[in-house]
Amino acid sequence: MTIYRLRTPISEEEVRKLGVSDTVYLTGTIVTARDAAHRRALEFHKKGKQLPVSLEGLAVFHCGPIVKKEDGGWRVVAAGPTTSSRMDLFEDEFIKNFKVRIVVGKGGMDKKTVDAMKRYGAVYGAFTGGAAVLAAKAIKKVKAVEWIDLGMPEAMWILEVENFGPLIVAIDAHGNNLFETIQSKAFNEKQKIYKTLGL
Amino acid sequence: MSYNSALYGEDNILVSGKVVENVAVKLLQLAVTELPQDVKTALQRAYLEEENEVGKAQLKTILDNTELAEKTCAPMCQDTGVVIFYVKAGSKVDGLDQIEEALRKATARATREVPLRPNAVDPFTQKNTGDNTGRNIPYIHWKVVPGDTIEITVLPKGGGSENASALEMLSPNQGINGLKKFVVDTVINAGAKPCPPTILGVAVGGGADIAVNLAKEALIKPLGQPNPNPELAKLEQELREAANLTGIGPMGLGGKTTVLDVKVDYAHRHPASYAVAVVAQCWAARRASARIYSDGKVEYLTHKVT
Repeated sequence: MTIYRLRTPISEEEVRKLGVSDTVYLTGTIVTARDAAHRRALEFHKKGKQLPVSLEGLAVFHCGPIVKKEDGGWRVVAAGPTTSSRMDLFEDEFIKNFKVRIVVGKGGMDKKTVDAMKRYGAVYGAFTGGAAVLAAKAIKKVKAVEWIDLGMPEAMWILEVENFGPLIVAIDAHGNNLFETIQSKAFNEKQKIYKTLGL
Repeated sequence: MSYNSALYGEDNILVSGKVVENVAVKLLQLAVTELPQDVKTALQRAYLEEENEVGKAQLKTILDNTELAEKTCAPMCQDTGVVIFYVKAGSKVDGLDQIEEALRKATARATREVPLRPNAVDPFTQKNTGDNTGRNIPYIHWKVVPGDTIEITVLPKGGGSENASALEMLSPNQGINGLKKFVVDTVINAGAKPCPPTILGVAVGGGADIAVNLAKEALIKPLGQPNPNPELAKLEQELREAANLTGIGPMGLGGKTTVLDVKVDYAHRHPASYAVAVVAQCWAARRASARIYSDGKVEYLTHKVT
């Protein structure tokens, strides 16, 4: 359970050092993307169009923030993670095509994503669900917003962060998945739990 | 805080829409920025009792976040939910027809002022209205009660925990054992997704809609108060202990705190039906209530307002 402080862009080599249950604090650039932004990014890629920003070595954050316009700029008010499983549909292609190294969200992701992380070198960093004010505090600046036509939560927010975390490495680049381990343990305990209820 | 703009009728008391609107804006702000004391106490206890290192760290982050949100008056979670109101309207109050419009206005105003995240999306065009109002949203549950006060509770309900809700039309032969099994299965299937430690609203009977409604309404009851029905109190405790044996833990990263509490309610059932509903509430159990009196005074029931 080592603590790592990483700066973007993150190399494949750096990310492969991380193991399940390690803690990461991130400094540098992270980019928010939920369902709609994932879909659009992959459409761009399919058509050979450049993304508004290169995602190589960056972190993608499953987050639909509350952002307020102030003095001509944007201020992030609250920015906790959203449920990552909705992005299972896209994440393997996203990692493969855009070379993001850290996926930040909550709740974990499916086997397809775990396999892509192992193959292309990426990890999943679990940020405490709902801890939106702590996340916002680590966001120092909104560098840009793209695809705002998708609405505030679904737009792609490009954020400068400092010591963003703690992120618990819940899926590493070696195929280990902490959520899966815990949930299958719970499944195995089921009969015992039923028994305590007299079933 | 008191408002003196309530107007008086001869027999009945006329409550102005503006008073209701102002109170509802305040309730939304209180709900999303400050947890009720009973929820804070439950989270603090969970932190002290948690033995799993990762789970304990998650609870620490939750407590730090809660404290910072309260101090800076910022929404503790970016998902400020779909806005649901429970209104207990005194039968002697006039002007009840103004309340729905007042609550809609309050929701739009709070979206700008607090701010809340715009969360009302048309299911066909996918267009976000931008102000948290839309068809049937905010949703209002009405109860007419004797008296001359209006009690308003707001429950801004986040999407992550709502998606873990489950309804099962059991056979009456499965009965209470089927209910217990269904609750355990729902907790395990949901895993990390509803942002544990959760509060579970569980209801049985009535029909599909009645069970789900009662399960959700159970979430507005304060934590740490056992059910007045001793049989249900025992069931609540059993279910809580069982859910906490799953080891799913805070944020599904492991630990013994998977649920903070279980609240059970019921309705009498059709002889052929045994509807069971489970509605999960994430740790950010945001709710706020206030009572508006006939003289215009406002009493906040869940939060200290100076």
